[in-house]
Amino acid sequence: MKVEDKLALNKFDVDRDVHITVNDVVCVECELKPCVSVCPAECYVIRENHMTFSYEGCLECGSCRIACPKGAIDWVYPRGGFGICYQYG
Amino acid sequence: MEEFDAIVVGAGPAGCAAAYVMAKAGHNVLVLERGKFPGAKNMWGGAFFGPVMNELFPGFWEEAPFERFVTRHAISFLTEQDILSIDYKSDVTEPAEKKGFITLRAKFDKWMSQKVEQAGAIVASGLAVDDLIVEGGVVKGVKVGDEQFASNAVVLADGVNSLLSEKIGLRKAYSPHDMKQGVKEIIRLPREVIEDRFNISGTAGVAMEFIGSCTRGLPGGGFMYTNLDSVSLGVVVQLSALMDTQIKASDLIEDFKNHPAIAQLIKGGQTAEYSAHLIPVSGLKMMPKLYDNGVLVTGDAASLVLGTGLILEGANFAVASGMAAAETVIEAHRKEDFTRDELSNYEKRLREQFVLKDLQTFSRAPQFLENERIYQLYPELACSMARKIFSSDGKPRENTFKVLRKSLGKQASMWKMASDMIKAGRAL
Repeated sequence: MKVEDKLALNKFDVDRDVHITVNDVVCVECELKPCVSVCPAECYVIRENHMTFSYEGCLECGSCRIACPKGAIDWVYPRGGFGICYQYG
Repeated sequence: MEEFDAIVVGAGPAGCAAAYVMAKAGHNVLVLERGKFPGAKNMWGGAFFGPVMNELFPGFWEEAPFERFVTRHAISFLTEQDILSIDYKSDVTEPAEKKGFITLRAKFDKWMSQKVEQAGAIVASGLAVDDLIVEGGVVKGVKVGDEQFASNAVVLADGVNSLLSEKIGLRKAYSPHDMKQGVKEIIRLPREVIEDRFNISGTAGVAMEFIGSCTRGLPGGGFMYTNLDSVSLGVVVQLSALMDTQIKASDLIEDFKNHPAIAQLIKGGQTAEYSAHLIPVSGLKMMPKLYDNGVLVTGDAASLVLGTGLILEGANFAVASGMAAAETVIEAHRKEDFTRDELSNYEKRLREQFVLKDLQTFSRAPQFLENERIYQLYPELACSMARKIFSSDGKPRENTFKVLRKSLGKQASMWKMASDMIKAGRAL
């Protein structure tokens, strides 16, 4: 089962405000890009040597924030009430 | 600015325990929860032991939403084809509060927060605390968007990422070595199917831990818990190992589901939810400063998680730390003193009870558990020995010691293994 199909089962209330931003200038200099492998929701994808990021499926675990060796990720929680809303947990 | 006797950030087990005790003592308490409802942001493996919860809410199982009691506990070594399990089941009738409880957090945390409201506190959901109000090195309240709420006592129960404790300098940024990442699926199955496959009935339930191929030998393990009409299945892996190997936890959980022994148990099941969370696993080494003027840190935010091998225990520590923080605030109100000197009683309380005693007893465990032989070599060894012992090639048999030596091959010496066992004895 693909991650995107699993995320489609989850309940999200996606905010218009983006809660994670990636600094492209810093990110491009990073060779390792550990964010790609540590994100359990596959929010970080490399397309044509360029990092693309989508916040909509974020599970708010915080792994990318801790793993980023360059400090390129500005990470806060979504606004109150928005984001992932677990029904089981 | 509205003022409260105490403000609690986060309505998980730590925050709810703190708020409940303070509200019961007659204090005017505000709990701020960023989720749409308490529990909406929370996930875990599956079970907690009863005694601490019973101290907070005597006889809680009569009304709390839980899935099943843990009546069977299995620990298994996995290779890609084999499974070798130690399966513990006891018919000794224990009083309910001593049992393990399998629960789902979205339901259980919501119930806890309702108890908090019944005790007289205000639980405000959908409100994320952006910052603390700090005046002259003293925490005076919290900021939520444009709004401010004042209090002499702020209890941080804002979970593993605790941005607030980092912001006010109670801890440094975390290292990926100090964290494990857990991913989990809820897989729905009819109740009778679960009871047939796991050999349980009524409120009985099973807790299972796995070590070996489910993490491809990376530090961590797999788990499975039986709920009423679903199973919770997942893997937990050291965050730094995911970075170093570029292996994804989302791939590991798929492999785990496809392992022949697991696939049989979840056959026909439908995934209903996919969740992920971090677990602080370095114990005392990563513990932040637990208090400062006007503020206390509890639960995951204070990294109060005990790892004793396969089991990571956090919820009991969260509840116990929340209760200890509440008692400290109640005393501070009596003395009208919220300085760090007075609030240092919180750490004293944790030292007197199991919370910091257990973390001290197992302080060598986190380092020991980084030994990769535990996750790769030993599960393979155990399974290959079992394979040799339980099969026959028609030739004369060798004694167990020789089988062990041959299975070890060049991967490790007998001395290395003996030394690991001694270290395990000391650390665990």
